[in-house]
Amino acid sequence: MANTIHVDVVSAEAQIFSGEAEFVVLPGEAGELGIYPRHTPLMTRIKMGAVRIRLPGGEEELVFVAGGILEVQPNVVTVLADTAIRGHDLDEAKAQEAQQRAKEAMANAKSDIDFAKAESEFAVMAAQIAAIRKLRKK
Amino acid sequence: MAGSKEIRTKIRSVQNTRKITKAMEMVAASKMRKAQERMRASRPYGEKIRTVAAHLSHANPEYRHPFLVERDTVKRIGIIVVTADKGLCGGLNTNVLRLAMSRMKEWEAEGEQFDVCTLGNKGFGFMQRMGAHVISHVVGLGDTPHLEKLIGAIKLILDGYRQDRFDRVMIFYTKFINTMKQEPVMEQLLPLSGERLGAPQGAWDYIYEPDAKVVLDQVLERYTEALIYQAVAENMASEQSARMVAMKAASDNAGNVINELTLIYNKTRQAAITKELSEIVGGAAAV
Repeated sequence: MANTIHVDVVSAEAQIFSGEAEFVVLPGEAGELGIYPRHTPLMTRIKMGAVRIRLPGGEEELVFVAGGILEVQPNVVTVLADTAIRGHDLDEAKAQEAQQRAKEAMANAKSDIDFAKAESEFAVMAAQIAAIRKLRKK
Repeated sequence: MAGSKEIRTKIRSVQNTRKITKAMEMVAASKMRKAQERMRASRPYGEKIRTVAAHLSHANPEYRHPFLVERDTVKRIGIIVVTADKGLCGGLNTNVLRLAMSRMKEWEAEGEQFDVCTLGNKGFGFMQRMGAHVISHVVGLGDTPHLEKLIGAIKLILDGYRQDRFDRVMIFYTKFINTMKQEPVMEQLLPLSGERLGAPQGAWDYIYEPDAKVVLDQVLERYTEALIYQAVAENMASEQSARMVAMKAASDNAGNVINELTLIYNKTRQAAITKELSEIVGGAAAV
């Protein structure tokens, strides 16, 4: 096993890849990175792109990552992949959307109240059934 | 026989209710398994990123990231409340909201202010009725938690913390212990406490590209997001199990009610028959 390196590709939502490899190619922020076993410890951000993992048999595995963080230790490579395509503007837009939604819902809470009403009616009915049961038991 | 007809309709209506609760129970049971798997699937990322963050903060003691610094005075707290979108899951939402409420009252008494970010419909309705200031809101998380949906709301909170609008960020959610047991918990999200990061095992002398600060910034941001994601995933597993248990109890209760009503129905039916018979016998004797 001296000539292989353990590779873990994980994202917040799932474990994408885990296993031994001979050689890994990653889209590093400063350029493509090729990593062989016993690489010097390195930590960097990676860009969106494909991670190419060459398995011991010579087969290749391709994993697409939307960016993330790469950690290299002499015998372990860990890719902390982002699940979604991230960008400053994109995040900003999403933040505004979430804020907007809160404001809108505050102003227009009708549907919410309707649901609450239906739920309280349900509770009343449940109480009625329980009361009937008690009466019948006597 | 007026009473017996009413009882029969009642029995039928309870039977229908039982059909629904039974179906909901089964749906929740299958969703629960998936939700638990997803909760477990998100754990490796959390652990990996935690060790990386621990390495980094250990290797760069001179650089204090704002996420790691404990602030002396706490004036404003950012609160994230994770609830389910739907009800009918026992006391799940109520419990976590009750916990949040009692804490918020304490903070209010201490003169601290707060802004709320709600993830899930139930929490939003509640916070709004409470009159809390809701700054962001995510609904319709669905059965699969997607980080993408949460990013916007999380960013508002993290930015608020970075820009000193909040001095502390707390998160409320329901922790999944097992299928029968879920517990509402409050955890401090920011500043990240040192013990949460833990001590790194084995120190490596990393090369950083482009430099340590940039990498650490991103790692800590992702770590915080992963913590929130984990809370949401856990909340979802809790929701489905709580719903399954609640619906099972409801189905059992409906079964009991049906048995009782059937008994009453048979009794009234028999009483009516007996009455009729004795009338006939009485009539025959009179003739």
